[in-house]
Order: sequence, then structure tokens, then C-alpha cells
Amino acid sequence: MVEERLSRIQACLSNVQDPELPFLSITELGMIRGCEIDQNGTAVILLTPTYSGCPATDAIQDDISEAVSEFETNFRVKLVHSPAWTTDWIDNDTREKMKRHGIAPPDGNSADKAFLLGKERKVSCPRCRSANTKMISAFGSTACKAHFQCESCLEPFDHFKCI
Amino acid sequence: MENHLHAGLLRLGDDVLILAQRLGEWCGHGPALEEDIALSNVALDLLGQARAFLTLAGEREGNGRDEDALAYFRTDREFTNALLVELPNGDFGDTIMRQCLFDQFALLRYEALSAQSIDKEVSAIAAKAVKEVRYHAEHSSQWVIRLGDGTSESHHRIQKSLNRLWSYTGELFADDAVTESLAADGLMPLLANLQKPWQEAMNQILLEATLVMPENSGTQTGGRSGLHTEHLSYLLAEMQVLPRTYPGAQW
Ligand SMILES: [Zn+2]
Repeated sequence: MVEERLSRIQACLSNVQDPELPFLSITELGMIRGCEIDQNGTAVILLTPTYSGCPATDAIQDDISEAVSEFETNFRVKLVHSPAWTTDWIDNDTREKMKRHGIAPPDGNSADKAFLLGKERKVSCPRCRSANTKMISAFGSTACKAHFQCESCLEPFDHFKCI
Repeated sequence: MENHLHAGLLRLGDDVLILAQRLGEWCGHGPALEEDIALSNVALDLLGQARAFLTLAGEREGNGRDEDALAYFRTDREFTNALLVELPNGDFGDTIMRQCLFDQFALLRYEALSAQSIDKEVSAIAAKAVKEVRYHAEHSSQWVIRLGDGTSESHHRIQKSLNRLWSYTGELFADDAVTESLAADGLMPLLANLQKPWQEAMNQILLEATLVMPENSGTQTGGRSGLHTEHLSYLLAEMQVLPRTYPGAQW
């Protein structure tokens, strides 16, 4: 019974899109940190923001409430800060999906500080796969992305920052 | 003890709230599109950190004040940010130098909080902020190096920015009854302990930027006890006008 209730919510959450990357779900981005029933019988959905100031977080909470309220009345969304969200939670399938949509996925591991700070950054172009790319700005169209340009095909593209 | 934690959290929140508001003034006025976006992105991260710290400050106070009550319904004398972050933006060099001085401090403070604070909420917010500030610190230090080691005009001007801002940096590391009690309880680090690593980090950056670290010539203080420059009042007037005119406004 409880299992069924939770898995129904989980399935629903995997259909809630990220407003800034609408081809990805919040589950694929690793923003759902769990779902549990508290002592009052309320289903608690644990959500973690990607960036502290990500303006999409409020919209995502609204989207979750709207989707889940179609079949569940007793639930709430709880924001959790710990452990801090990391791009390490984005799996390989999701990274491939990003590439297909013209976004260079986070490469490497967030624990590697040299990589994080661009000392060894090798971001390949999501269009032509060239490794000959340069960073235009560490801050792109949203908090989670940096702005790059391919030196081979000259296309500008977004890179999902490793964090 | 609980009161000191509330006071300490307000300082953390106010520093980044006020700096976020200042950086937001660049939106639409950046020297290049990429910089306009970068400064706005940094502002947004800082605003997010401010929301988390102020929300927690309200919870730890226990009087029912939320982030909005603390951001919009306190007067200038009740804000406890460091003076550095309320100073006017000046030109791009002034802004980026202020940012560099603050980022290097913020990084050390957040690292210490995330590693040491026995308050799990505090350390969680700090751990998240560390990741964000690493990007900010990289951005501002690269600009300081680029401007310092750039043309003679850019070198001259960024050195002047540094000289002007320097006397505001001492306040970042000034301990008082609040920080000493928080340190004794294992909640927050002693700020004086961060000064040496900060100076080393700044030394590195300034060396590469061919800039000269100014002589210590007095420290401007007062922010932590609510004694601010006149600039804060104007900033707050703009930041607070809407919720004060239309309390509870939504859109
Ligand atoms: Zn290419």
C-alpha cells in the first residue's frame, strides 16, 4: 500500500520537466532526493535546488504540486540543502540526452577541483564533437550553464557546469 | 546563545543580500553582454544564499519572522552587513575589485562553516555556497589579473580601486562578542583565523596582476553593529519600496 503510493508519486515526478531544460525531468537532473511517508501519513517529497538562487526552484515546486495533486491530496514538498546538489548525480543516459539537444554535459567529477576551475577543462562541441573549444564566459544563460564556442565549426553552445 | 546564532546568521545573510542588490544594478549596464550576464548570475547565487541564511535566522530567532520580514521590514540600523558590500558600484574595475576581495573572504568563511559548524543547517547551506563561490572567485580574480596586468590605463585604475577599498577589508575579520561566543560553541569560525589565508590568497592574485597591496592605514568599521555609510539607506529605499508600499504584494 505504502509502496504503491510512493511508486506512483515517483513515477509522476519523473514526468515533471525542468523549466529551463524542458527535455529533461527533475528526476533525471537528480533534484528529487527521495519520497517518504511521515508519522502523520503525509507523503513528503524531498527536493534539492541545483543552485541556491535558481529562480526555477519555485516554479518546480508549483509544477510538482500540480502534478501530484491529481491523484494525491496528502503531500508536501520539502526543500533539502544537504547533501548539496552535484552534477555527479546526472547519469550517462541523461548526459547523452543533453548532447542531442546541443548542450555539452558536465564532464568529469566535481571532486576534481582543477577540473572545476577550468585548469583542465576539455569540453567537446555537442554538434561536431571537436575538442577544440573555448570558454566565452563561465556564466551562461542560466546559473547552471557556461557559454562556450567551438573553434572548429564556430557554433556557440551551452556547457552544463560541473559543480 | 540562541540570540548570538540569530545575529551571526543575519550577518551572513545581510552580506550577500546587500551585495546581490548592488550587483543587480549592473543588469542591463554591463560593459559587455557576457559580463552583464555574469554579474547577474553571481547576484542570483548570492540572493539564493541570502534567502537560505535569512530564513534560518528567522527560524533560530523563533519570533515568526521569515526571509521577507527580515529583508524588507528592517531599517538600516538593523542591518549588520560589512560596509564593503554596501559601497556604490563605481566603475567596472571598482565592482570587480570589491567582488574579488569579498569572494576570497566568502570562500574561506563558507569552507570553515561547512567543515566546522555543529549546526547541520548552517553547514549545509555553506557547503552548497562553497561550490557557487568557487566560480565567482575564479571569475573576479581573473578579471583583477586581466585589468592589473593589462594596459597602463587599466592597471592604474584597478590599483586605485584597490587602494580605495582596502580600508574596508579589515572589518571582514573583526571579531566581537557575537563571533567569539559562536566560535566557543562550535557554530561559526573565529574571523581572525581567516585573515592570514585571505591575505595569502590576495597576495597571489595581486602578484599576478602586478598590483601593490596597500599599506594598512586604518580600518573602517561599524557595519556589524548597524552603523553604516549613507549609501546603505538609499540602497534599502529602492530594495524595500515595493513590499513596504504594497505589503504582501504578489504577481
Ligand atoms: Zn563544433
